[in-house]
Amino acid sequence: MNWVNVAVQGILLGGLYALFAVGLALVFGVMRLVNLAHGDLGILAAFVTLGLITHAHLGLTWAALLTIVVMFCAGYVLQRGLLNFTLGTDDTRPIVVTFGLAIIIQNTLLLAFSADEQGLEGGRITTASIHLGHQLAIGWYPLLVFIVAVAIIAGLQLFLNRTKMGRAFRATSDDREAAELMGMNNRHIYSLAMAVSLAIVAVAGIALAIRTTFDPTSGSFNLIFAFEAVIIGGIGSIWGTLVGGVILGLAQTLGAQAFGSGWAILCGDVVFLVILALRPRGFFARTVTA
Amino acid sequence: MSTDGSLSAGGQAEPDARAAIPGFRVARSTRMHLYVLVVSLIIVVSLVSVPFWAQVGTTRTLITLFGLIALAQMWNLLAGFAGLISVGQQAYIGIGAYGVWLFADEFHLHPFIAVAAAGALAAIIALPIAPLLFRLRGGYFAIGTWVFAEVIRITVSNIQATGGGSGKTIVSAALLPIDTRIYGTYWVGLGVAVGSILIVYLLLRSKVGLALTAIRDNDLAAQSSGVNVFRSKLIVYVVAAFGCSAMGAVVALNLLRIQPAASFSVNWTAFAIFIVVIGGLGSIEGPILGAVLYFVLQQTLSQYGSTYFLLLGLLAVIMATKVPRGLWGLVVARWDLHLFPVRRGLVMSEPSAPPGQAAAVAKEPGPTAKPA
Repeated sequence: MNWVNVAVQGILLGGLYALFAVGLALVFGVMRLVNLAHGDLGILAAFVTLGLITHAHLGLTWAALLTIVVMFCAGYVLQRGLLNFTLGTDDTRPIVVTFGLAIIIQNTLLLAFSADEQGLEGGRITTASIHLGHQLAIGWYPLLVFIVAVAIIAGLQLFLNRTKMGRAFRATSDDREAAELMGMNNRHIYSLAMAVSLAIVAVAGIALAIRTTFDPTSGSFNLIFAFEAVIIGGIGSIWGTLVGGVILGLAQTLGAQAFGSGWAILCGDVVFLVILALRPRGFFARTVTA
Repeated sequence: MSTDGSLSAGGQAEPDARAAIPGFRVARSTRMHLYVLVVSLIIVVSLVSVPFWAQVGTTRTLITLFGLIALAQMWNLLAGFAGLISVGQQAYIGIGAYGVWLFADEFHLHPFIAVAAAGALAAIIALPIAPLLFRLRGGYFAIGTWVFAEVIRITVSNIQATGGGSGKTIVSAALLPIDTRIYGTYWVGLGVAVGSILIVYLLLRSKVGLALTAIRDNDLAAQSSGVNVFRSKLIVYVVAAFGCSAMGAVVALNLLRIQPAASFSVNWTAFAIFIVVIGGLGSIEGPILGAVLYFVLQQTLSQYGSTYFLLLGLLAVIMATKVPRGLWGLVVARWDLHLFPVRRGLVMSEPSAPPGQAAAVAKEPGPTAKPA
């Protein structure tokens, strides 16, 4: 029964990883950009929320909503003002620039908030749980995060499939030059994609911050988890990130249960490497890597 | 390989002028390169002599510089020449640090010989890892290398035999007479730095160099022209693993202390990226220039901690977007100066004369430069 409990926790944790992964997958899908600052941007959002709560005395809900809006706008500006100029010629530039951005964010946060561990107080929901039978208990909060993740992924998929702007995203993804010839403004579309990506990673960062403690250097772990979820799920697939996140979450929690908590992350990494060896295109790959 | 003559090591396709315009000589080495060689030898010999007249502090500080040069050369070999952007070279730096401890303290090799053994260990580990990571491309390859580094770091942190999270002291090196240890580490470090430059140079002079240029520009096109992309990338990846490991071993001998958090820190890769992006990506000179500049910056500013890193991050972003070929790229753009003869060029009497009108120097069609 204990193992079932752990597995349920792993699946729900997968929702959080999927939240981190889906934004990474979106910007790669639309503009073949791998944002190495993705994890740090999520942590940045957590610190923005923390700052709004402690300095502007907002409640958690309002602070979180405001943060999401801020991150959406920041994403647009970041892409339009900086990252668009790195796309095109070679692979090195976007990687170096986003890696540099990660270092800038980390060290700005270290200067502003010190290296102390922080937490966001989520209230009663973080401790409440549903009891099913004797030993199986599902925490309300992890369940809520999982539902939010599914809702966001479903919403994003609907947006991509059903709306005019979503069609523009897909068109640019398929062939950026043809899309441009059809009168689309790629720079605007890329910027919107980054805005959406950062709004979602803001949700992920805040969800993480309520769940556990965080500090300015937490971003790199989340980048790695997000990346593993993307590759396991299959590059180019939005729903795949959820599957990838769940597999990763299961590997980590079951691994911790079997070998001790020190091995949790390693178990996730090993499962990732095994899947990379056996199924290099993941489970739901849509597009080939370009 | 049939692509041999049609590509230059600098990245652009060379116009096929050799056959069309007689009277031009295609050469790699010029008289200037002879002077460069002489000056380089003088510099190396004077560096070798440093322990005999400088203070111990200076000697130890210079070991740091040698480490930075080797690290930058290896990262640039991956990113600048093979298009393999790694953010996980700390995996091999850590393997070098732990390898030198393993071979010296556990297997009782002499600490300086253990440096080479640690390099070989990293190369052996890199061989099966490379095909796995090569399944990922571009930015995803970058994060994949990072995952590998984390796997090794967490494993080493969790194992009692390697000292867990608190690490180990390299006892056998600590027991050496202090002069032997510091001078020896210095010379080994100098050897690793010079060796890293030489191996990149020799690789670029070889067929691998041409293949790499083709791959970096467009690996699909290179593959369809008959370049063995996988093999070329594999060679580079394994060489870089060896170099980073040897460098990590030297740093470990200099500090005498190894620790997972420090040895496998992603900051090593951050340093490499700063150095190469500032100095100049895709040249041999750039990483040397960058390493020296970075070394000076580090000596003067690293006490400022986060502010220092923040400024370096900003500098890297600005350089990568505004000056993608780095400071050495500016030198090349201004004076067309290439200290290392790795590119083929047309040698003529009037370098500025338009093609076809300049007087011929020699009538030797075909690649006259001797192969490396």
